[in-house]
Amino acid sequence: MHPQNLRRMAKRTKTDYCQNLLQSYRKRAKGQFLFFKVCEHLNLMEKDYFGLTYKDTHDHKCWLDPTKEIKRQIRNSWQFSFNVKFYPPDPSLLTEDLTRYLLCLQLREDVACGRLPCSFVTHTLLGSYTLQAELGDYEVDQPKPLDYMSQLTFAPNQNKDMEEKILELHKSHRGMTPAQADAQFLENAKKLSMYGVDLHHAKDSEGVDITLGVCANGLLVYKDRLRINRFAWPKILKISYKRNNFYIKIRPGETEQFESTVGFKLQNHRSAKRLWKVCVENHSFFRLNAPEPPTKARFLTLGSKFRYSGRTQAQTRVASSLIDRPAPNFERTSSKRISRSLDGASFIFPQFIIYAFTCSFIHFYLFCAFVLFCCMSAFQSSLGVHGENIYVRHSNLMLEDHDKTQDEVLKHQASISQLKRSFMEAPPPSPPQPNQWEKRLTSSPTTTIRVQPHPVVRVWMLMTLRLKEGASGCILMRIFHTDNFFSESVSSESESEEEAEYHPNVHVSIAHSEIPEEKEEEEEEEEEVEVHVVEQIPNDTILPPVIEEAAPVEVQQQETHDAERPKEAEEKHTTEPENDESTDDPMLTPEEAPPPNGLPLAEEDSPDAGQEEPKVNGQPMTVETEHRPQVICCTEPPVVKTEMVTISDTFAAQKTEIATKEVPIVHTETKTITYEASQLDGNADGEPGVLMTAQTITSESLCTTTTTHITKTLKGGLSETRIEKRIVITGDCDIDHDEALAQAIKEAKEQHPDMSVTRVVVHKETELAEEEED
Amino acid sequence: MAGLLAKFGHYTHAVVRGIPSSLATEALRSSQSEVDLAKAHQEHAEYVEVLRTRLGLEVVELPADEALPDCVFVEDAAVVCGDTALITRPGAVSRRGETEAMKEALKKLDLNLVEMTDENATLDGGDVLFTGQEFFVGLSKRTNQRGAEILADAFKDYAVSTVPVTEGLHLKSFCSMGGPGLILIGASEHAQKALKTMQQMSNYRYDKLTVPDDLAANCIYMNVPGKGHVLLHTTGDQFPESFKVLEKLTDYTLIAVSGLEKMKVDGALTCCSILINKKTDI
Repeated sequence: MHPQNLRRMAKRTKTDYCQNLLQSYRKRAKGQFLFFKVCEHLNLMEKDYFGLTYKDTHDHKCWLDPTKEIKRQIRNSWQFSFNVKFYPPDPSLLTEDLTRYLLCLQLREDVACGRLPCSFVTHTLLGSYTLQAELGDYEVDQPKPLDYMSQLTFAPNQNKDMEEKILELHKSHRGMTPAQADAQFLENAKKLSMYGVDLHHAKDSEGVDITLGVCANGLLVYKDRLRINRFAWPKILKISYKRNNFYIKIRPGETEQFESTVGFKLQNHRSAKRLWKVCVENHSFFRLNAPEPPTKARFLTLGSKFRYSGRTQAQTRVASSLIDRPAPNFERTSSKRISRSLDGASFIFPQFIIYAFTCSFIHFYLFCAFVLFCCMSAFQSSLGVHGENIYVRHSNLMLEDHDKTQDEVLKHQASISQLKRSFMEAPPPSPPQPNQWEKRLTSSPTTTIRVQPHPVVRVWMLMTLRLKEGASGCILMRIFHTDNFFSESVSSESESEEEAEYHPNVHVSIAHSEIPEEKEEEEEEEEEVEVHVVEQIPNDTILPPVIEEAAPVEVQQQETHDAERPKEAEEKHTTEPENDESTDDPMLTPEEAPPPNGLPLAEEDSPDAGQEEPKVNGQPMTVETEHRPQVICCTEPPVVKTEMVTISDTFAAQKTEIATKEVPIVHTETKTITYEASQLDGNADGEPGVLMTAQTITSESLCTTTTTHITKTLKGGLSETRIEKRIVITGDCDIDHDEALAQAIKEAKEQHPDMSVTRVVVHKETELAEEEED
Repeated sequence: MAGLLAKFGHYTHAVVRGIPSSLATEALRSSQSEVDLAKAHQEHAEYVEVLRTRLGLEVVELPADEALPDCVFVEDAAVVCGDTALITRPGAVSRRGETEAMKEALKKLDLNLVEMTDENATLDGGDVLFTGQEFFVGLSKRTNQRGAEILADAFKDYAVSTVPVTEGLHLKSFCSMGGPGLILIGASEHAQKALKTMQQMSNYRYDKLTVPDDLAANCIYMNVPGKGHVLLHTTGDQFPESFKVLEKLTDYTLIAVSGLEKMKVDGALTCCSILINKKTDI
């Protein structure tokens, strides 16, 4: 989608856009789906700082959990707002002006409603930057500017005096661009003491009313406006709640011998849980390099297993640094107009309203078609070529009979390793990488078996993008994306959970640059790190370029030799991607795909593979409701329990190896679809280039693992850059893989708008647990 | 803009007040000691002269009021930060009248005035430490929670943390800012404890410089155009050990100011002036 006019977007909210969002409801989509839709609509890439909120039955603002079904979280109110969830401590480090603009919108609302208190002087200053950003230079002949001003909300107790001061300052900003004005706004707003502090009312142990503030640095305790205590994250050993009590266990100070626990009383257990979740998320986002995996599914234990599932600040900064699309166009709308459009309310921030609909299978299938189309058209436009240039191939590795023979397992493994080989045409750059991959391959099925007795689908996606850069050479990019959606029980929790714990230990790979003022404390902390944690995230920090063998790169190098053709293709897709997207080319649907063309990943042709598409997605609809993960944990046969134990050591490579061998309880159905641009063919071998740099960035979380592998080679005066991103989606069928694929392609396209996708490989594996067979 | 963008230690104006004769006998003091009034006058004149000539400040000198024996200690009557001035409600009843003249003077300087009218609130400016990023307010015999709350309300941009002051008159009786991000702190147990509290409460990291004598930790830091870091401190004669520590600040211009007589009535260096940064660049 192209840059959006935000105002138009706000207006369109209730029309076509809602239609799309509605689909998500029908599909029982997870929060993530809706959130991605909204971000897509906003054309936002640095989305990790944001989230969707809804009001619970008690009118409390709650964050929509991306890993859980929307329907299960909200209570009849299909109204969400898009909000800043993690306020970046230094907004100047954001990559895009659009992101800064959205942050400004949030802060303007925060300031105007008094949530972010500031002095008179600061109100006037921020107001003047808002005017400069929205209206441009002060116009001397503007009639009655003060009348206009009084319709804008800058402060909770705005008066004429303030408005005059704002105008006066506005005059002084002459010549400042909107982006500069936003930047200045943020520079001033970020210094405010309550910037990014999420407040929760509580009582201390003596019943005195206090306010707890969660922020990037830790937990703040206020009595009225005064800060009376502060617990920096490194000082906190454990965060927990039990009923309406919220506890933090404090690391002993220099002179103390024992840990102490501080307790606070919240209004009710929901408030306590909400506070606890905010703490877990803030700690993870600001202090960790990668989110902590969910707690082990202990047998018959209670308590929330909630963990932050998004990217951490460290990860999102890496991701942001890879954005190289041209700055998106967007229009800054007047706060006034926006607030009018929302029935005179003072909302400046876009809101999304969705109406409830009844779910039915018809809708569901319609939805499938819709997503499929999205996915295909996105693919097509990225390629910038039409049907005849694309070869689509299906391979259905269906294991027909349900007997789990050793043969099958081997076959299964063979197919996995073949996939792996093809995916890793470029051998991994550093030792930790293959392990990571190995682990994912081997551990994922068992993980899902444990938690979901019904079909499990794993999808790998591989995209190859190509870019011609300048006249001097071609840049070849291959996008390899890894996403990992764990299945439901991971995030399963219910209102009945009245307690939970969280140990905010910072992993060894914490980015030391994150919170420089607490370096000392961080050092202290590292002593706490356990060995398995270190193993868990071997490669999370940005590695300095690692030199690897040149061999991997050569496979695709020749493609870039032909400077003309890529150029053509690129021109096509950069000039008219939107048109392409809207073209419904039948050539692109899997059913009508032309015959395969010797693609490496295809094992076997299966003309009817496409027809199974809806079935794969449809299955969970029929089985899901009866199977709650908690129950399954207790009723699974012993062999499965054993697997559970194995899973708890997911990160010990050896053990997961064993787990894979024990996979026999699973039936596997795999399917591989490869889409490839024709230019690739016949260019199979080329002389190796000189490897300049190779770099691998891995980020991993509960739901997302992204491995980005960048190599630069120099060959015959041509410089080639290749980025590989791997996406692995593992989870129950309820996850919309097609949507995820479309999203991934889209993201890749956005990040590198001037490249063409040269290859996309989709491999699906459906595994049926034994209980499901009949 | 002043407020958020004001650079720490930049000042243009100072408000001071004369010494009334009543200071010698009637001013509040924690120890029994005789004040040599003539000497006190001389010291004060020196002090004002340093502000005026060496630091280049525009000094507003309020006349002494015999009915207000402690009126020379202007710091307690108001807290000025950026464009905003909070007129306090001093903890000692005998000093409440000091705010009147101060209010008028600050009004003339075109500051936004906030008055502490709540009868349950008390606050002495000597309990307020502004670090450039945030406020620390000492909860002492003179300053209470309510006073601190009103201060927080007056300066909404900044975090305001409270620090219990168990010994000594004010928070600044044993500490002060020695530069941007540098806290000068006395070596006494209660001073060190207060510093720990401040460090724990803050999202910022401060350096500390510990001087052996609590009273020597009260200095006036300024960033003077053309001079850079300037520190007004007590004389080496008065606190030789502390002076040795301060001498380590090599890139500073150190100016010794005698405060012997005023100290007898618990007056430290910061007590005798209110420093103001009036923006001139807009």
